[in-house]
Amino acid sequence: MLAWSVAKAVFVIFLVVLPMVSYTVYAERRVSAAIQDRVGPNRTGFPTTLLGFKKDLQLFLGGLGQPIADAVKFILKEDFTPGGVKKFYFWLAPCLAMLPLVSLAFVPFGSTLFGEKMVIADINVSVLGVFAVTGVGVYAIVIAGWASNSKYPFLGGIRSSSQMIAYELSMGMSIIPVLMAQGTMQMSHIVQNQADNGWTLLPLWGHGLSLQSWLLLIPFGISFIIFAISVFAETNRLPFDMPESESELVSGYHTEYSSMKFALFFLGEYTAMIVGSSLIVVFFLGGWHMPGIPDGDGNGGLAILRELPHWILGFINITCFFGKVAALLVCFIWVRWTLPRFRFDQVMKLGWLYLFEIALANIILTAAIIAFTSK
Amino acid sequence: MAYVVPRPALTLKEKAYLPSIISGMKITFGHFKKMLQGKTKVTMQYPEEKWDAELPEYYRGAPTLVKDDHDRERCVACQLCEFICPPRAITITPEEIPAGERFEKVEKRPREFKIDMIRCIYCGMCEEVCPEQAIYLRKDYAITGITRGEMVHDKKKLYELGGVFKGLVHKWNPEK
Repeated sequence: MLAWSVAKAVFVIFLVVLPMVSYTVYAERRVSAAIQDRVGPNRTGFPTTLLGFKKDLQLFLGGLGQPIADAVKFILKEDFTPGGVKKFYFWLAPCLAMLPLVSLAFVPFGSTLFGEKMVIADINVSVLGVFAVTGVGVYAIVIAGWASNSKYPFLGGIRSSSQMIAYELSMGMSIIPVLMAQGTMQMSHIVQNQADNGWTLLPLWGHGLSLQSWLLLIPFGISFIIFAISVFAETNRLPFDMPESESELVSGYHTEYSSMKFALFFLGEYTAMIVGSSLIVVFFLGGWHMPGIPDGDGNGGLAILRELPHWILGFINITCFFGKVAALLVCFIWVRWTLPRFRFDQVMKLGWLYLFEIALANIILTAAIIAFTSK
Repeated sequence: MAYVVPRPALTLKEKAYLPSIISGMKITFGHFKKMLQGKTKVTMQYPEEKWDAELPEYYRGAPTLVKDDHDRERCVACQLCEFICPPRAITITPEEIPAGERFEKVEKRPREFKIDMIRCIYCGMCEEVCPEQAIYLRKDYAITGITRGEMVHDKKKLYELGGVFKGLVHKWNPEK
């Protein structure tokens, strides 16, 4: 039991999420370059010259060694601690920044593999658990801003705390319609329901082919939009990157940070993106489920595919999940390089006056639909 | 005259904001797709692609020394270029051509001719001022080295880069 948990944690963190984080950074640079008619990093190969080969290994579009080179650079740079900082908190903040990684423990990233459920902590309130852990993420930024003992980081920290509180509310509210319809707080059950009865946004099979599910698409669509916007705001991505806002606050809360401490903030931001995307996938896009592909126990899906060994199906499910997450990450990047930053008061207005109210009304609408259409 | 700046009220579609986001994303996706199809014109990938063939006639690259048709150094060590050089990159040590040599009647030549390529600003004044047309700016632009000493071009290097320049010097050429 413990061995399985450790194996799953190691698999998710070291084999999937951390490489995914570093290659999201690479994708961000390449996609942004393509959007802005530039080339982007296309030179750094895998350093096979160190092993005595004539040329560095260049795969695909080139530049795939860039994340490795970046990591080496971050580790080798001088780790400078400015004189006036509050040392303990200055060190604590980057550690907290990586905390979103913990919330991945609740996310079901696959069906089953060798009969074992592919979720590290399958607790019955995992939705609450995720929100509790991601809520801690704001402390990293606030503490960093405060401990830096410098004005711009401080402003960044303040902005971040108000923004995160504002959007945490609409994020939590927007997910309630989904939880009402699913009737459970356990993420693995939510995904299983979607696999059996159609995705939240694609009710095309099972019980999904009913008037209720089709009517519920309206509140679910609204939920999806609000949730996606809140995820953008929670992860401090453009157009909501108030805490950083290079042009106004130098670079906000991590102005005073250098070397690996800065890199931890950077990685934490991208980890938060991955967590946010996987939440969207779990709640709205069917988690690990792909129409036609059976789960790890060989249930559902096409009859021909059920003949495959079950562990292959399990792996396909995991791949589906992370494929969906990756597609969402590309959307994140795409939106970032499309939109300019909001003004701060506009962000606050959008969060408090529109998203929160719409989310509340959405809950009532869902309740009404469920009340009137269920027998 | 007073000019009223028109400030049109936003339409409902613009106020809703999401349609604008989608149209914005369409534009960026267009750029992305063009790049993937290889239709975007991007920066020249320098070491692999070079612009050397298109360099204009008047391009000012590294200054070099030239010899004439009879393999004589054109430079007579008058030091005009040394005096005109704005960053003082040129250092000339003149010497007398000893009696009995082939070009004895020229009387003077540089013993050492140094151009500090770290200082050189490629202004071309040396070329303009030279009465003997002995110094020319060629099209070499990638002058690199790993020590300061390497970046100082001495006489040998300058002749190697410059080569031979045939024809009469302008001052003896009635046509020019």
